[in-house]
Amino acid sequence: MKTQYFSQVFALALKEFLALFRDKRSRLILVFPPLLQILIFGFAATYDLDNVPIAIYNQDQGLVSREFVSQFEGSETFEIIEHIKKDSDIAPLIDNKDVLLVLNIEPQFSDKLQQGKSAKVQVILDGRNSNTAMTAMNYIASMNLDFNQKWSAQHGATGPKVALEVRNWYNENLQSRWFILPGILGSLILVVILLVTALSVAREREAGTFDQLLVTPMNPTQILIGKAIPGIVIGLLESTLILIIIVKLFQIPIQGNIAALYLGLFLFLIAATGIGLVISAISLTQQQAVLGAFLFIVPAVVLSGFTTPIANMPDSVQLLTYLNPLRYFLIILRGVFLEGNGFTLLFSQFWPMAIIGVVCLAFAGWLFKHRMY
Amino acid sequence: MAVNKTSARNMRLMGMLRKEMWQIIRDPSSIAIAFVMPVVLLFMFGYGVSLDAKNIPVGIAVEKADMMTQSLSDSFQQSEFFKPSYYHSIQEAQQALEERKIDGIVWLRSNFSENLQAGKQAPIEIIINGVDSNQANITMGYIQGVWQSWLTLFSNARGIQLSLPVVLEQRVWFNSALNSRLFLVPGVIAVIMTMIGSLLTAMVVAREWERGTMEALMVTPLSMKEMLAGKLIPYFILGMGSMFISVALAVWWFGVPLRGSFWVMVLVSALFMMVSLLIGLLISIVSKNQFVAGQTAIAASFLPAFLLSGFLFDINSMPTFIQGITYLIPARYFVAQLQTLFLAGNVWPVILSNAFALLVMLIVLAFLVSSKSRKTLE
Repeated sequence: MKTQYFSQVFALALKEFLALFRDKRSRLILVFPPLLQILIFGFAATYDLDNVPIAIYNQDQGLVSREFVSQFEGSETFEIIEHIKKDSDIAPLIDNKDVLLVLNIEPQFSDKLQQGKSAKVQVILDGRNSNTAMTAMNYIASMNLDFNQKWSAQHGATGPKVALEVRNWYNENLQSRWFILPGILGSLILVVILLVTALSVAREREAGTFDQLLVTPMNPTQILIGKAIPGIVIGLLESTLILIIIVKLFQIPIQGNIAALYLGLFLFLIAATGIGLVISAISLTQQQAVLGAFLFIVPAVVLSGFTTPIANMPDSVQLLTYLNPLRYFLIILRGVFLEGNGFTLLFSQFWPMAIIGVVCLAFAGWLFKHRMY
Repeated sequence: MAVNKTSARNMRLMGMLRKEMWQIIRDPSSIAIAFVMPVVLLFMFGYGVSLDAKNIPVGIAVEKADMMTQSLSDSFQQSEFFKPSYYHSIQEAQQALEERKIDGIVWLRSNFSENLQAGKQAPIEIIINGVDSNQANITMGYIQGVWQSWLTLFSNARGIQLSLPVVLEQRVWFNSALNSRLFLVPGVIAVIMTMIGSLLTAMVVAREWERGTMEALMVTPLSMKEMLAGKLIPYFILGMGSMFISVALAVWWFGVPLRGSFWVMVLVSALFMMVSLLIGLLISIVSKNQFVAGQTAIAASFLPAFLLSGFLFDINSMPTFIQGITYLIPARYFVAQLQTLFLAGNVWPVILSNAFALLVMLIVLAFLVSSKSRKTLE
């Protein structure tokens, strides 16, 4: 009896795999886009600024201003593409997006500094992407801090000797790629798994074979397990492949416990599969299933903390994110990759995904029986 | 005779249009995507997503409390950016950081005040959780701000005139309050339109192939051009409808200024919509199966529009090779146009050069679609 139970489940899972892999295009689409995407997005998605075009408007003729500007010449963050000579040159450069910012150094800059007075530098930024503008401003502010400290030390300044000594834990050089790559892994896997599972029942509904499946000796639980297996297996294999790329190619070290990472991955896949099967069981056509999957994927990716911190969201939206399995999985990924976490620190992330998975799978099984047309 | 020919063509096209319209109306999912999705997404991005940090939890570890450490703690307490909690030892604070209760630590050693009064070096040590590097940079910027103003206050109280050598003055054009919503909302509109255009149309032709109704359409006198037009027009209308809803929400609900001309925006949106629709059509012609079409459309539309369009991540900072790829993403041009039209105004060099790029894409795509779509069976 037991063996028959599992052989039936196994036969259904096998059929599901064949349905996915029978067609050459489906095979390709499961493997290549995620790999291509991790490569492209991995290099593209960074908040770090690099070679940002800027212009200098130096109204001062002295030596000190040239020293000030030379910091920017040596910087990898900025690239001076133009030295301008008059006020009216500023607006077109910024309007046309030729430069992100213009540094406007006041006349008598050098004289004022040499007399021990404060000198002014105006930074005019393009605020069309205010985050980029603010990041650039922060870079300039810290360059200016260095310049000021050096200047004060050389010219015997008075005042309290309080300096900030900063250390960044887990990601010492503050590379945003370390933060974003695990997020890309989670989002890509979510997309693949949700589409695989969301279409599995809808395809049969559209073709009319689902009714036949329901009148076989298999019970809904068996159908559920058989339909869930392909998504989980494909997810595990693909994640492993992407993890290897992240570690080997992007050189992001795994500091924590890999077993904890895989437990998190497994629970995440169960939760995603459950959600996909619910969408699939509700949908009557494949189009509805794809659109339904999409209606879930987009908010799930946006509200996961992938690109923007959950802490910045309003409280009501923050509550909503607790329903999102990707939220927990991203904390696990970052925890294991960067913070060196193990099972104990991540326990609070494991059980919510398990609950989401079990509830969704049970609901999908119920829908199999009760949504018939 | 010629009149007859055109009227027959018109009739065929009208018939095709009517069929597509009915399909859209009878399957509420495509209407949901066109009208519910923009509203949901805009609300999510307008309210949910923000890069502006407020109330950052920081731990202040004071090993020996006195007047001076108190005045520094007060400065953090008064800042709107921080929500400080206090610890008596660095170990407690570090544990809180590990448990993700706080994002950073300001550490004042026991000899801080003593050294400060003796005129010796009295460093303030800062530890920040660097996992989210963008957030860490922002936090650091705010800490520097609090520290600077405390330093000025502290020196003035002691009669020392503290003058900084170089003072930076920040002028942010187009978005002086650095409100991230103002640039996220126009970006989201581009993402929404990409998805509506590509995803919806990708499904429609693939569906005909999969259900076998494509063969039925082929034996009709309908020409391929008429069939494609019949598929495109309804979705174009749907897409533009959702564009108007999005712009209305952006302006009247979220208060994003529309500094450029509305009609220029309609024109560039129509151009972008056509490009998106053709991409969707091309995907569906090539894939012929709804699973492949759906996967390809998401892989080719949503994530690239989200990550490679310059909507969140600065394109100039990407490696050169990746920058080359972004030229193939239509959303890149549309994001630049929308952010400029909303926040800066009718800056013609930006609008025209990007419109030209979209036009080139449109022509290439139209050519590809017409050469790929033959009335042939496999």
